[in-house]
Amino acid sequence: MSTTSSTPPVGEEVPQVPDDAGSSPEATVPSDAGLQPVKLLLGVLGIAVSVYLMGNLFLAFAWYPQWFFDSKILMGILGLVVGVGGAAVLFWFLNMAIEALPRRLEHGVMPYAFLLPGFSLIGLMLLFPTVQTIHYSFANARSTAYVDPIWANFASLFGSADFWSAMLNNLLWIAIVPAITVALGVVVAVLADKLSAGSEKWSKSFIFMPMAISFVAASAIWLTTVYGYRPPGEPQTASLNAIWVNWFGQDPASWLDIDTARLNSLLLMVILIWLQTGFAMVLLSSAIKGVPEDTLEAARIDGASEWQIFWQVIIPQIWGTIITVFITVLILVMKVFDIVYVLTNGRNNTDVIANMFFREMFTNRDGGRATALIVVLLVAIIPILIYQVRDFRKQEAMR
Amino acid sequence: MATVTYDKATRIYPGADTPSVDELEIEIADGEFLVLVGPSGCGKSTSLRMLAGLEEVNGGRILIGDKDVTHMPPKDRDVAMVFQNYALYPHMSVADNMGFALKIAGKSKSEIRERVEEAAKILDLTQYLERKPKALSGGQRQRVAMGRAIVRQPQVFLMDEPLSNLDAKLRVQTRTQIASLQRRLGVTTVYVTHDQVEAMTMGDRVAVLKDGILQQCDSPRHMYDHPNNVFVAGFIGSPAMNLMTVPVADGGLKLGDYVHPVEREVLANAGSEVVLGVRPEDVDLSDSGRGLPIEIDVVEELGADAYIYGELPGSGPTDKPFIARVDGRTPPKKGEVVHFTPKGDHVHIFNAESGERISN
Repeated sequence: MSTTSSTPPVGEEVPQVPDDAGSSPEATVPSDAGLQPVKLLLGVLGIAVSVYLMGNLFLAFAWYPQWFFDSKILMGILGLVVGVGGAAVLFWFLNMAIEALPRRLEHGVMPYAFLLPGFSLIGLMLLFPTVQTIHYSFANARSTAYVDPIWANFASLFGSADFWSAMLNNLLWIAIVPAITVALGVVVAVLADKLSAGSEKWSKSFIFMPMAISFVAASAIWLTTVYGYRPPGEPQTASLNAIWVNWFGQDPASWLDIDTARLNSLLLMVILIWLQTGFAMVLLSSAIKGVPEDTLEAARIDGASEWQIFWQVIIPQIWGTIITVFITVLILVMKVFDIVYVLTNGRNNTDVIANMFFREMFTNRDGGRATALIVVLLVAIIPILIYQVRDFRKQEAMR
Repeated sequence: MATVTYDKATRIYPGADTPSVDELEIEIADGEFLVLVGPSGCGKSTSLRMLAGLEEVNGGRILIGDKDVTHMPPKDRDVAMVFQNYALYPHMSVADNMGFALKIAGKSKSEIRERVEEAAKILDLTQYLERKPKALSGGQRQRVAMGRAIVRQPQVFLMDEPLSNLDAKLRVQTRTQIASLQRRLGVTTVYVTHDQVEAMTMGDRVAVLKDGILQQCDSPRHMYDHPNNVFVAGFIGSPAMNLMTVPVADGGLKLGDYVHPVEREVLANAGSEVVLGVRPEDVDLSDSGRGLPIEIDVVEELGADAYIYGELPGSGPTDKPFIARVDGRTPPKKGEVVHFTPKGDHVHIFNAESGERISN
């Protein structure tokens, strides 16, 4: 039996040697034997000790800062050195433990063992909170017991007008912002492409600049310079009212309070479009520059007008980039929070799901309703995520 | 179908001092295959693009038929172009690529289909009609580019080095196919290449350009036998013509101690020196000691023929080698010294200063 089972591994071994040339071949190649208990024990012990020591060091940072002379810099350096070095030591022991396993097992286990730490972190930081959030969405405000009936949080959400108003706003944001951002990005990219090299660089830099501004700062800028309101008689310092009052002779309006046709929500969207157009423009511009010049010339000779060339030759060739930009902005829009929080905090029908969540969670302290909101948002995002991953794979396959 | 006329057509790129195409004058007959040839940067592609309408004309006129197209946009010129990199639309199938111009022209779907299929049959592309360009080989892409031009049934075909992206074997095959296709369709064609073999084998007439200036426009045969100047003489023919500066003697040219007889009227136009051109096949080699001594560096045996490469007396290592075609069965050996005289009256004599031809 031993002969029959040992023949295939010997055959497999030859191509395997270069594979793990890095992991001490002099140790593994001659010892084709089965389990090496001492080595395994050493490895496992090493893993346990290094995890224990590292964990305690980081706990000590928190509990006994005086041991480190209360020096944040010292703690930072130590944390960096021990964190990186410790990870290396951990993997070294992990490798040792697995090499001690029988050869055939070793090659099966090795990749998973090295993926394990990464997967554990993702599980801890991403998967666990997701599952817990879904779990809490069926629980009471303090997450101590299930609500009765179990879907009560969702039922109360779906029964509230505020929720549907926020949902409608989210839908409006989704329907308007990504499309306009991409369209503006294409227009700016095409027009910039027609400028001389120098002015193209400058104009693109200016349009890209808002990307560097945080949402909160952008909101403040737009409030003071565009949407702001001063009582009648005072000088209108924000441009929208300045135009409204001085050119049209109207009374100043508090623009962000006007929810007729959701005007205030639309005004908030303008800010995000302003912030994101630069991003769309940069990606689309490089895509447009990637369209071979001779296909445009061929189309010109084929009798196409510039308009036909744009729609039938340029746009189809940059379609992949358009979709990528659209989905990236779309996902950003679904999470929109800062602008609404800063400027209106959801008043006058401007609320969105993310802002509603924030209020439920941190103002009303209702964990059940808050998590239920997030679950609704999560479910809404999933189809888009799936489409994006598929689209990404398709693009990769086309390369 | 139509004639094409370049009437002193000039192109000066913005910021350039000298024109890229300088007062080009060519008249191309209806159905003619004209090849524009020259080294890179000679203005041949620019000339073609001026005719296509992709390049502005800064002086002179260009006519297609009787119509002045000098400042007309490309779409109104009724020309079709085959690009060096084919310029296929990557997002369209082969059929859509070939039918794009007809679609833009507003032809009915059935008519487009019919004409595309007809062209596909001629080019052996029928089974690839639904494929995208990226799923085709280089040769197939080249044929699609041809097909896109044929489907149009234009007044003029323009081809900008359409074979330069094919491998050597396919290039020779396609060369013949394009030439025979053009003769069958009878469409006036302007073809740009840097390869003088392509020019000689395909064109009804060949126009040689250098630095934006037309050097000579003639049938391949006449151009080979009567190059107008030193440049054309050296450019046309493979291997290249041997060109050497030789002193003029009484009644002929002095080659060492041998005097090659030349008519008096010819020498009347020469100074004390002329440039003598002798094609490799017009070289007589002997060991008689008569003529210029050549030391043989390399012997290339091609079977039927052999070429010898050697050095003329007084030439440096950077000068072009002297080339002679000899009988393949009894080639001289490497390292031998032989003596060269021109065969009969197959000599080309050029003015040493202007480079212009002075012999008949």
